[in-house]
Amino acid sequence: MPNSNAHKLRLTSMTRVLSVERENARTVTLTLDAAFSAQPGQFVMCWLPGVDEKPFSISYSDGAALGLTVAAIGPFSQKIAELKPDNRIGLRGPFGKSFKLEGSNVAVVGGGCGSAPLAFLVEKLVAAKKKVHFIAGARSQDDLLFVERAKKAGANVIVCTDDGSAGRKGFTTDALAELLEKEKIDAVYTCGPELMMKKVADLCARKGVACQASLERFMKCGFGLCGQCAIDEFLVCSDGPVFPLAKLQKMKEFGSVKRDACGLEISFKPSAPKN
Amino acid sequence: MVGSIAFAGVRLHNPLVLASGIAGVTVATLQRAAKNGAGAVTLKSIGLKPRTGHPNPTVIEWEAGVLNAVGLSTPGLEKGAEELRDAVKRVKAPVIASIFADSAANFGVITEKLVAEKPALLEANLSCPNVMREHGVPFAYEPESAAEVIREVKNKAGGIPIIAKLSPNTHKLKAVARAVEEAGADAINMGNTLGPGMLINLEARKPVLSNKMGGVSGLAIRPIAVRCVWDVYESVKIPIMGTGGVSTGRDALEMMMAGASAVGIGTAVYERGFGVFRKVEREMDAWMKENKVSRIEDLVGAAHA
Repeated sequence: MPNSNAHKLRLTSMTRVLSVERENARTVTLTLDAAFSAQPGQFVMCWLPGVDEKPFSISYSDGAALGLTVAAIGPFSQKIAELKPDNRIGLRGPFGKSFKLEGSNVAVVGGGCGSAPLAFLVEKLVAAKKKVHFIAGARSQDDLLFVERAKKAGANVIVCTDDGSAGRKGFTTDALAELLEKEKIDAVYTCGPELMMKKVADLCARKGVACQASLERFMKCGFGLCGQCAIDEFLVCSDGPVFPLAKLQKMKEFGSVKRDACGLEISFKPSAPKN
Repeated sequence: MVGSIAFAGVRLHNPLVLASGIAGVTVATLQRAAKNGAGAVTLKSIGLKPRTGHPNPTVIEWEAGVLNAVGLSTPGLEKGAEELRDAVKRVKAPVIASIFADSAANFGVITEKLVAEKPALLEANLSCPNVMREHGVPFAYEPESAAEVIREVKNKAGGIPIIAKLSPNTHKLKAVARAVEEAGADAINMGNTLGPGMLINLEARKPVLSNKMGGVSGLAIRPIAVRCVWDVYESVKIPIMGTGGVSTGRDALEMMMAGASAVGIGTAVYERGFGVFRKVEREMDAWMKENKVSRIEDLVGAAHA
């Protein structure tokens, strides 16, 4: 815009689906013909005209192709997960602050479909010559995400399922606690259910380890204007979605409360967010 | 220097006010605007019952501003009153409550409940262009409908100063301004978004907003907003908050020369960040120093002389 040079203009672009890969029973990765590049932790606002527009984490980006990894949980994500090559989806972005690549012996903790940005992150961390442990958590083996992709990238992958159907039975936070005892981990990255991320952050705070979490909130503008996605005084879309531990510790609402489209408070329950 | 000003009898830290609907869903973000130098902050408009507003896409940036049809989402009066109470307690700047309703009577109901929380001012949003399918033509488009609401609000306001938020979308603006002044408004916020406007995505062959049309804000509307402030200044004696397309110190000074004693800033909070208030104030200070103006009040309406 003529009288401000501090931001890029991001108009919605109807972007072609190049390919669709199934990741697990209800998750697919759409590879899109997108000419911009993004970093792990950033998101795009995705538009299906006549249906809805919602934020999705970028699960891959190289300047020519963009990946969106979508779990078909709610009515909108189901429609997105049904897209085929040559279909188009409106993309607006990329928005938000990405993960900062820090540490040298790091843990990446993912829960269910929240792992969407994390294989991309793992790949970048490995390329930056860090030792990476990827704790992949899910309710059961059918919900695991990016186990193979992370292994292929060169990470040490630790699988956890709530029901013990794959890997160790238990929570990612138990696996993380164990890892922090065994190894000198100097940075933790996490994305997943908010209650999980809260436990991860609390654990890192107790152990004095750097931590970054990628949060989510219901969004309308996606770029820092309307205030819908506020958590305490921070706007998830523009101050986040990635927040460092120092900021997470200041937030009263982290792990406790979010807001619906009316602005009414909803307290966190241990179930996955619905898109 | 810019400094503190009086607006409708209320002392504001400076003339720059966070506009309604901008980063004002939570008390914490309002407090952030205050900490960053906003002279006063306006809450998101509160309505009677909870509303989600329109489905997404609701806010789209374009080459010369923003197009929005958020559609007056609100947690409703009960929760709204609680948030207002919290804001008045915690925000370190005068708090302006904003309200909307579908009838003068309901404006009165909401006013009565909210003034109990003692906001510094109460702004009657007569002018949202995004709820016409449900609420009909905005009250601010016609003198009689605007005046009827303001009379009701003033009646229930218990002494809290009332701001009438007007619309640029009426050809009867001067009459509307006079009518709300006569009905008892203590000030006018000129004004809400311009429009309705529309943009179409060619490849989707669809309007970019789910509501199809929405209010235009930002750079594109500044000349309209300035002209509206000019017209209102010529019509009434009550003070004016000029809102629309203000992003820099020069824009704010322009509004004041057109007749505004305070200046609303909305879209620019996105363009220049929460720090926009300090940036604009510094830019105003620099211009005043260079042009040897010592009192900001001397500039109000200066272009009319």
